[in-house]
Amino acid sequence: MSLNDYLNWVIIPILGLSVILVFIRFLKGPSLPDRVIALDMLILISIGIIGIYSIQTNQSTFLDISMLFAVIAFLSTAAYSFYLEQRERK
Amino acid sequence: MKDILIIVLSTFGALFILSSSVGLLRKPDVFLRISVTGKASTLGIGLVLVSSALFFNNYSVTTRVIATIIFLFLTISIGGHLLARAAYIIKTPVWKGTKIDDLSGQYDEVTHELYSENHDSSIKPEKSENNI
Repeated sequence: MSLNDYLNWVIIPILGLSVILVFIRFLKGPSLPDRVIALDMLILISIGIIGIYSIQTNQSTFLDISMLFAVIAFLSTAAYSFYLEQRERK
Repeated sequence: MKDILIIVLSTFGALFILSSSVGLLRKPDVFLRISVTGKASTLGIGLVLVSSALFFNNYSVTTRVIATIIFLFLTISIGGHLLARAAYIIKTPVWKGTKIDDLSGQYDEVTHELYSENHDSSIKPEKSENNI
């Protein structure tokens, strides 16, 4: 079993299963902060998937996109929490 | 040898990410979910990124990966703290099994300022009846 087969048949399905579980929480989430933290977690898992995919395709350029996704995750969480807090203020 | 190391690191990383998402689905409260996401997913994503850095094995990729990991370690905890504070201020109900709430009666309701002693017009979140 080569490295590519192992990544394709073991790691990617585990990450896909965790994406499905987080997305269930994103749909169910009773309050707005639940959805925000589920969105944050989705972007973080996609960073992991990008890392595995860059190994599979042997192209290191994808790791730049993972760094960009980390920035987007932090900025979206900070902006969402700021506006959640300001929404209550009259 | 390098392949075995990559396999071990990526397996542990994926398992940590899976445990974090199971916790995100099954925990009964917003604050517990934020706590779960902040702890397990940083380690999992760090391990997956370290395995990809081991695969490419040159300086430019390794520095990019280390920068990403440091940025993630800093920002996941800060984002979790910001989101938990916002969730507390907009009065998200806490789990009924919560024993200690140190912030109860400390945040001012209008100005959202934190006081160290008990305050008159302060936020006291109610407890939810069932698991949400």
